[in-house]
Amino acid sequence: MSSMKLHYDVDNTDFTRAGEASSDTKKKLKLMGVSPEVVRKVAISMYEGEINMVIHANGGTIDVTISSDNIVLVLKDEGPGIANIDKAMEAGYSTANENIRSLGFGAGMGLPNMKKYSDEMNVKSEIGVGTTVTITIYNELT
Amino acid sequence: MTVLDAIEKSGFKVLNLSDDAEEREISGVYCCDLLSVVMSKCFENAAWVTIMANVNSVAVATLTEMSCIILADGAAIDEIMITKAKQQGITVVQSDKPIFETALKINQLVNANA
Ligand SMILES: Nc1ncnc2c1ncn2[C@@H]1O[C@H](COP(=O)(O)OP(=O)(O)OP(=O)(O)O)[C@@H](O)[C@H]1O
Ligand SMILES: [Mg+2]
Repeated sequence: MSSMKLHYDVDNTDFTRAGEASSDTKKKLKLMGVSPEVVRKVAISMYEGEINMVIHANGGTIDVTISSDNIVLVLKDEGPGIANIDKAMEAGYSTANENIRSLGFGAGMGLPNMKKYSDEMNVKSEIGVGTTVTITIYNELT
Repeated sequence: MTVLDAIEKSGFKVLNLSDDAEEREISGVYCCDLLSVVMSKCFENAAWVTIMANVNSVAVATLTEMSCIILADGAAIDEIMITKAKQQGITVVQSDKPIFETALKINQLVNANA
């Protein structure tokens, strides 16, 4: 399988479109015959990252590279950045406001889910500059 | 039991019926309102009972391949949610009972026909 690249611009604070990038990638992976377990891992990690971009960072971009070895997601935003990454990674930690919580977000489980369902995860963030999350999920298909 | 069968027997109000409701089997019942918890813990073909009646619920149900969304407690419906459900082909029904009673009812129906 040759590698395939996908690019998405994630709209800022448009909740009605949130999840569209993840849904699109998921459909493409299924069509390519990627195993259901891998598809699920990508769908969960990418959705959580996409939503974080919308609710915490005014949108951003997602680049997906699919190859026979792995699926790499690069989620990049120019939002406020994360002051304490270790704290943000803790289950239950959230700065989501009431309005966002009323939509079902803010359990503080997004980053922990991304960690749990990815094989490699790297978070780079700088206050006032933005955040880039890079996720690698091994592809079982060879 | 199929989604269509369960819904007809439940008497819940149908807000959107997907094309595959007649064949799609319900594998069990899942309840939770915190979307990140749902993403991680729900299972394929679950009937998802929630009060989160918004467009994000449809995205979560689609991504995790749940069989249908059952909105409990007469949760106020957002029109955009129904539009999205039609686009994504996900069944959405509404119950005026609280979460526990709603889930119990659907669980009894699913088990009775297992
Ligand atoms: N892209 C980002 N930019 C800025 N801050 C972020 C970003 N992603 C996460 N954070 C910060 O890290 C915290 C934890 O994120 P996490 O995704 O785990 O939980 P949450 O988004 O608050 O809730 P949930 O994901 O359960 O709906 C957030 O509340 C926010 O403060
Ligand atoms: Mg999050």
